[in-house]
Amino acid sequence: MKATLKYMLLILGAVVFAYPFLWMIAGSFKPELEINGFSLWPSKIVLDGYRAVFTKIPILRALINSLIVSLSVTASVVVFGSMVGYALAKLEFLGRGALYLLILFTMMIPFQITLIPQYILMVKLGWTDTYLSLIVPAMMSGFSIVLFRQFFAGVPQALIDAARIDGCSDLRILFRIIWPMSRPVIITVAILTFMASWNDVLWPLIVIRERTLMTMPQLVTIFVTGGEAETQLGSLLAAATLLALPVTLTYAFFQRYFIESMASTGIKG
Amino acid sequence: MTGSRLWNSMRPRGRNGYFFIIPYGAFFLAFVAYPLIFSFVLMFNRWNIVTPMEWVGLKNFLRLFSDPLFYKSLRNTMLFLAIHIPLQAVVALGFSLLLHSRVRFRGVFRALYFFPVVVSGVVVTILWQQLYSFDYGILNKLLTIAGLPRIPWLVDPDFAMPSIAVMATWKNVGIYIVLFLVGLQNIPAELYEASQIDGASRRKQFLHITLPMLNPTIMVIVVLSTIGGFSLFIEPFVLTGGGPMQSTLSGMLYIYNQGFYFSHMGYAAALGFAFALIILAVVLIQRKVIETDRTA
Repeated sequence: MKATLKYMLLILGAVVFAYPFLWMIAGSFKPELEINGFSLWPSKIVLDGYRAVFTKIPILRALINSLIVSLSVTASVVVFGSMVGYALAKLEFLGRGALYLLILFTMMIPFQITLIPQYILMVKLGWTDTYLSLIVPAMMSGFSIVLFRQFFAGVPQALIDAARIDGCSDLRILFRIIWPMSRPVIITVAILTFMASWNDVLWPLIVIRERTLMTMPQLVTIFVTGGEAETQLGSLLAAATLLALPVTLTYAFFQRYFIESMASTGIKG
Repeated sequence: MTGSRLWNSMRPRGRNGYFFIIPYGAFFLAFVAYPLIFSFVLMFNRWNIVTPMEWVGLKNFLRLFSDPLFYKSLRNTMLFLAIHIPLQAVVALGFSLLLHSRVRFRGVFRALYFFPVVVSGVVVTILWQQLYSFDYGILNKLLTIAGLPRIPWLVDPDFAMPSIAVMATWKNVGIYIVLFLVGLQNIPAELYEASQIDGASRRKQFLHITLPMLNPTIMVIVVLSTIGGFSLFIEPFVLTGGGPMQSTLSGMLYIYNQGFYFSHMGYAAALGFAFALIILAVVLIQRKVIETDRTA
């Protein structure tokens, strides 16, 4: 009896979280008049919505833009974040403690303060409407440095000393010895960074006006708010489905890593 | 190791330390320190980027204090948080307790609940725009079937912000379910065993063991959702554009409008600074309240 109630609640939850997405996907294939029904199965498959999206906006170009931006940002955050994290955990230099405090301090600055000046910096550098404005200001993050430092602090010093005696440089030690044993933290930083970069809309809206340079969520936002979708529900749902597709596929394969990454962020508080 | 050998091994390592942090140093100066310092200059100026900057002293702040839209956006954000945080905490705690007990398919349920977290806010917003539609939306159809009156989710100023808060909860609650699950797993089983021997009821155990032990998790959840609430932007931007009657104008949306719609860079910087101070103050107060709660 109690178990039944428990499963009923769990299934109710599953319906509440999953049904809207299924409805959206089904709706993107439905004839316009059918969309607002509860059914998850189109009476006949209609591709008008997708046709409208592909002809009205450069959605594939936006997908490529998003991939270029998010992959560059992620690679950079992992490489530089692990370098600084390694220096903070395992190298001795004057000002190490101060640098760590400074990084913790940067994590406390609400982005509302720096948003406007950062935009002006992009204007002055002539970076608006280029990939540079989307990539460079996101190339490093204090949070990733702190995560790497925490993980590297647990690496036995003896291992590093032994590698040094063998004549390894610190770069080699970091990338050849420590990286292969740091998969969990690298995956965590990579997933969190990629997700944040992929889903960001505010910053692209500010620095990119040129349609062929827009990221995917930005282009879909413009499509929805700019009236290009008109009142065609099918094309709205098709655009949303296309935008959800890459993340959904990634999530289907790496679901466990996504959840574990997110769980580890709670530790920082 | 002799003194001189120790010295020799220290020196290159010290140099390497700087070599490793130089890229971050450059990044910090350009994209953290400079914008931060520049924001302090900007907020005392009037500037639209095109014409020269004009020093106006405290005028931006005087304007802010008498700007009804500033207060409106602040109130809207507070209303959002007042609904979003408790709703999220209760729903997340409920589902995490269900998942923490012995259930089959735990992984499947957890993965489903977490899914809206990874999907872009734009997708979620487009989707809920349809669900919330007054005439044709699924939610109002359900209400009609149940014999209840339809709700003007997004078209009535009294309902619009609460509707956005419910939608944001639906999107984010997966994170907090996972965080609560971690918190629940970290409670030592001995605590429950000992209290069982003392004859404590399930309800008592929940109130005197589970909740107090989850206090740090609750703190994280409150702080993260507060910061998230003050960053609320894309949802009202797409759904309502801040309306009806400015009832969903969030702080971030107002900063965006002032800066990028009206090109009031100085005033937008002043708004950003004011909201940043408010965020820090709110988080500090929350920390104080929740921490004293634990000792009580």
